[in-house]
Amino acid sequence: MTHRTVVILKVALWAACLAPLGLLTLQAFGYAGGLGPNPPEKVLDVCGKTGLNLLVLTLCVSPIRRSTGIGRLVSFRRPLGLFAFFYLLLHFATYALLDRGLLWDASTALRTVAADIAERPYITVGFTALVLLVPLAVTSTRGMQRRLGRNWAKLHRLVYVCAVLGVVHYYWQVKSDLDFAEPLLYAFLLAVVFGERIKHRLVHAKTAVAAPYQRVQPPQAGEKPSH
Amino acid sequence: MRKRFDANIKPSEITPESVFLKRRALLTTAVAAGLVPSIMSCEAATLPASGEFTDVEKWPGSTTEKPNTFEQITTYNNFYEFGTGKGDPAENAHRLKTSPWSVEVTGEAARTGTYALEDILKPHAIEERIYRLRCVEAWSMVIPWNGFPLADLLKRFEPTSRAKYVQFFTLNDRTQMPGLRYPVLEWPYREGLTMAEAMHPLSFVAVGVYGKVLPNQNGAPLRTVIPWKYGFKSAKSIVRIHFLETQPETSWNMAAPQEYGFYSNVNPEVDHPRWSQARERRLGGNLFSASLIPTQMFNGYAEEVASLYTGLDLRKNY
Repeated sequence: MTHRTVVILKVALWAACLAPLGLLTLQAFGYAGGLGPNPPEKVLDVCGKTGLNLLVLTLCVSPIRRSTGIGRLVSFRRPLGLFAFFYLLLHFATYALLDRGLLWDASTALRTVAADIAERPYITVGFTALVLLVPLAVTSTRGMQRRLGRNWAKLHRLVYVCAVLGVVHYYWQVKSDLDFAEPLLYAFLLAVVFGERIKHRLVHAKTAVAAPYQRVQPPQAGEKPSH
Repeated sequence: MRKRFDANIKPSEITPESVFLKRRALLTTAVAAGLVPSIMSCEAATLPASGEFTDVEKWPGSTTEKPNTFEQITTYNNFYEFGTGKGDPAENAHRLKTSPWSVEVTGEAARTGTYALEDILKPHAIEERIYRLRCVEAWSMVIPWNGFPLADLLKRFEPTSRAKYVQFFTLNDRTQMPGLRYPVLEWPYREGLTMAEAMHPLSFVAVGVYGKVLPNQNGAPLRTVIPWKYGFKSAKSIVRIHFLETQPETSWNMAAPQEYGFYSNVNPEVDHPRWSQARERRLGGNLFSASLIPTQMFNGYAEEVASLYTGLDLRKNY
């Protein structure tokens, strides 16, 4: 992949990631069909779904990179992950400020938000996922990546936990036990991603044992050879 | 006259339902086009051909709260037969054919049988009642319905002394209702009330909204409106009314009994297992309007209906 292609793809990625927010903003001002009779619910739905989509997409980057051999794909992972976090944060903010009314009645809203998180499993799970995403977003910079070294990869494995919790959160909030087609689709996608990852690790482990003195991965650009 | 379930009837003598319906549809179209000035046009006069009701009497008990707009009422609906999204009914309900329409009356009543919609509506004067509608999902609207008391209709079928409950069934036709392909709920949709609830003066049959014939997505051509219960207790597009002695099955209760009870009265003190029922969002505001309001016991109709439930533990009988 040439540098030019990467730039074009990055611009496209930013445009695609900002599109849902742009549409919501237009709709909030009455354009593009408006937000409908229940505006907070609409924003909640769009932000939640977009966040979950981007989170699952973030997890797909590495498997695709490995199967295609296009190393530069890794540079799409951070913006995708950060956009996912951004939409999920917006999802929570909409829930607290507009859905529970923190914006107008702080004391009642704080009580109900706290009670929701403590007592309603789907909210507990969703909130946990969001909290776990915070350290990942904070340590997503190149500087932090360097500083944390090997621990960075370990820490960022938490993203799998967040994705699973996110899908569970989605599954538990549908009105009926039977209305689960979409949450199941997410679960299926996650299973595919996990499957690839486990397969990769198994293959990786075997190669490492068979050839202990050989580098398994080629050196990346800018990285010094170790000997 | 041949009895209804005569075993000796020859298959060749039965008119297939599809042919029968086509025949009726053809006649209706012909009448509408002015081709057949038959008695059918007189029969159909109860649902105004213009789409607007005239001589609507205003019921004095209406709420003075600001009603939601016609657009809000007709574009944000739960009617799973047309899809589970709030916008699906408005998008798909044009497929529903409400004429011809008939309602089957069965069970513990003297006058059972199949009634044409025109015969159902004929004796009733149309009034306007502005009711609050509280959905179990914690949102609410204020809706100016047009219709008549449910009790006035049910009395005509002369329920027997054994009739303790009444059950309503919604149309179950996949060709008109695309949502029925999915096993989201037990189809046909069914709901039920005790006879005391059904005969209560607040229980209503709606055939219109805002003075217009009921749009399909709101449950045309006729639906019940039970204002002190969560919205799903009011059955839409009713094709069968069944009187019975024991508590009937209801679709949401069958799907999730721990979440949706038979009574399903609006009650701010009894939460849904997954969310609080203490407050509700009154629809109609913009993104930043403070639209959360406290939910009232029996949706604000406690004075009228609380006596129906004396001695009943509402926490157990949710």
